[in-house]
Amino acid sequence: MSHYPRKLDLAHGRIDMTHGSGGRAMAQLVDELFAPAFRNDYLAQGNDQAILPPPGGRLAIATDSHVISPLFFPGGDIGSLAVHGTVNDLAMGGATPLYLSAGFILEEGLPLADLKRIVDSMAAAARDAGVRIVTGDTKVVERGHGDGVYISTTGIGVVADGVQLCGSQARPGDAILVSGTLGEHGMAVMSQRENLGFASPIVSDSAALHTLAAALMAASPGLRLMRDPTRGGLATTLNEIARQSGVGMQLQEDAIPLQPAVRAACEFLGLDPLYVANEGKLIAVCPAAEADAALAALRAHPLGRHAANIGQVVADPHHFVRVRTPFGGERLLDWLAGEMLPRIC
Amino acid sequence: MKYVDEFRRGDVARGLAARIAEAVQPGRSYRLMEFCGGHTHAIARYGLTGLLPAAVQLIHGPGCPVCVLPIGRIDSAIELALQHGAIVCSYGDCLRVPASNKLSLYKARALGGDVRMVYSTADALQIARDNPTRQVVFFAIGFETTTPPTALALKTARAEGLRNFSVFCNHVLTPPAMQHLLAAGDAVQLDGFIGPSHVSTVIGSAPYQAVADAYAKPVVIAGFEPLDVLQSVLMLVERINRGEAGVATQFTRAVTTDGNATARAVVAETLVLRPTFEWRGLGQVPQSALAIHPDYADFDAELRFGLPYRHVPDHRACECAAILRGQKQPQDCKVFGIVCTPDNPLGSCMVSSEGACAAHYHYGRFTAPQEQPA
Repeated sequence: MSHYPRKLDLAHGRIDMTHGSGGRAMAQLVDELFAPAFRNDYLAQGNDQAILPPPGGRLAIATDSHVISPLFFPGGDIGSLAVHGTVNDLAMGGATPLYLSAGFILEEGLPLADLKRIVDSMAAAARDAGVRIVTGDTKVVERGHGDGVYISTTGIGVVADGVQLCGSQARPGDAILVSGTLGEHGMAVMSQRENLGFASPIVSDSAALHTLAAALMAASPGLRLMRDPTRGGLATTLNEIARQSGVGMQLQEDAIPLQPAVRAACEFLGLDPLYVANEGKLIAVCPAAEADAALAALRAHPLGRHAANIGQVVADPHHFVRVRTPFGGERLLDWLAGEMLPRIC
Repeated sequence: MKYVDEFRRGDVARGLAARIAEAVQPGRSYRLMEFCGGHTHAIARYGLTGLLPAAVQLIHGPGCPVCVLPIGRIDSAIELALQHGAIVCSYGDCLRVPASNKLSLYKARALGGDVRMVYSTADALQIARDNPTRQVVFFAIGFETTTPPTALALKTARAEGLRNFSVFCNHVLTPPAMQHLLAAGDAVQLDGFIGPSHVSTVIGSAPYQAVADAYAKPVVIAGFEPLDVLQSVLMLVERINRGEAGVATQFTRAVTTDGNATARAVVAETLVLRPTFEWRGLGQVPQSALAIHPDYADFDAELRFGLPYRHVPDHRACECAAILRGQKQPQDCKVFGIVCTPDNPLGSCMVSSEGACAAHYHYGRFTAPQEQPA
């Protein structure tokens, strides 16, 4: 660390254009902030690329960009989210996540203290998930051209022999499971937006799902597919699966687990919790005969305690996702159209 | 969830449905218009139509705030953003309503217009305080429910001397629209109204009396929860059986005869009746909308920017007008679900979740098996 006359001022310093110039200021940012947090042998090679040992199976790769406002929210921040998002995309294919790359777009003026907090949170999330951040990049954009920080992560994982999960494999008769209560991430973030200003106890569910996914795969050998219902929520994800598999779905509305606080906040804002984002939940489709075992495995895991069987796959040429309401009526659970907007009246 | 779940209980719904089925008399029709988009939404969202006997028909009314806004008014809001460089603040639903030249406020934003979604007029005022060098216009729309907050914003702006703030007022009134629907030459045959919910918390139940008396129709003011709607249908069926007109209130937990006196006073102080106003679907309706009171003329965006009003006809294939008058159902429209979808709406009824077309598209279109897969 003796290359630099003065240490980075992590308490009061801010990102400026020199941190993206490729010069000494950028090197110092990497050496004093990123490298110590993400420390591992591959990163320590100090090259433009990480050279990794041969994996023991098929490779899975996934990429995800994170552009969240606010950067910090109850239950997480953009750093932990950037790890969980990509880890979960790998895990939904049955992969064991191994490595991540991380690209940072930093906005001029971002407090270094905030960046440090984000990077530390990212490092902790990666450590907890057992993945290593092995290569990265930072760029700086002028003030007003970014929301503080954007993080793009790409993950590599390995898929064991015989694991063959795919969104096209849902079959009529299959059971549809969710791993817990829905909508917490989206509502936690929304409650922090300054112009909404409602106090709520809702905490983001942001979490790495690969151990939950592994438990589920062990309990349900015939498991068809897993998906994490992020943007667009349960409704959008089920519509994607229905279209990909060429099937319809029939859900029981009162079986779908929701926290009372999420229901109340959605009610208040005129939103439908089934369209609200999750960052620590999975949807699984499995043969009906394996549903009980799969559900038991989910519920035995700390991240799946509130798992539920919410309905079944049906034959339907229109690929509609239908919901039976507690009234005994039926409604369509459609794709999200445009952006989710609160109603006026 | 307390005070919500009680109004969504399936067992009570089935009980009410059974009582409605029992009350319905053979040979009699019960054509009930739910005036409000909030009711339309609840009916579709909870699948209420399926619980009712065939003799009871629910006809969607024009009470969806963004649906009745004529294209010319959205064009003016876009003009404020693009030509006058103003920050245009609007409620979310408004942003996607299609306007002229394939524009909407959303698309105007992509063209560089500064259009911001707000949740309340307080947000718009704050934007004006935060941007003293910019003109900030609140694009005020909606029925009597959203009118008091606009009125309060005008009072606040004047009290603070917030010179860069103004209101583009498009507030419309419910009772004149009901009267217009019943008086029109091509009026759809109606046997009763499921009356406005939130609107009535402000204006009370009294203003509907004149319409109910003049046209000898029963009006039951109903809450927006599904059990509210079912109970109101039962009340209407019983009244129709007895040949009884007049106004009754099902939504007694929030609506009184006179409404909210404080809210009405602030509206009366800041806003005045317009002689006439164009509604999408209904055309010009006399004394059906509000303009800014001369005392508050300094905060009137129409005066400040000299906005001319231009009538713009609907898309030729769009049946929004007939749907808003209750003459047609969404599925009667040739472009419904084909060219006109919530992602790419041609008409305003496909935009808001309270619009009849959007509600049917989102929740009910599987009931029409002749449709092609999307």
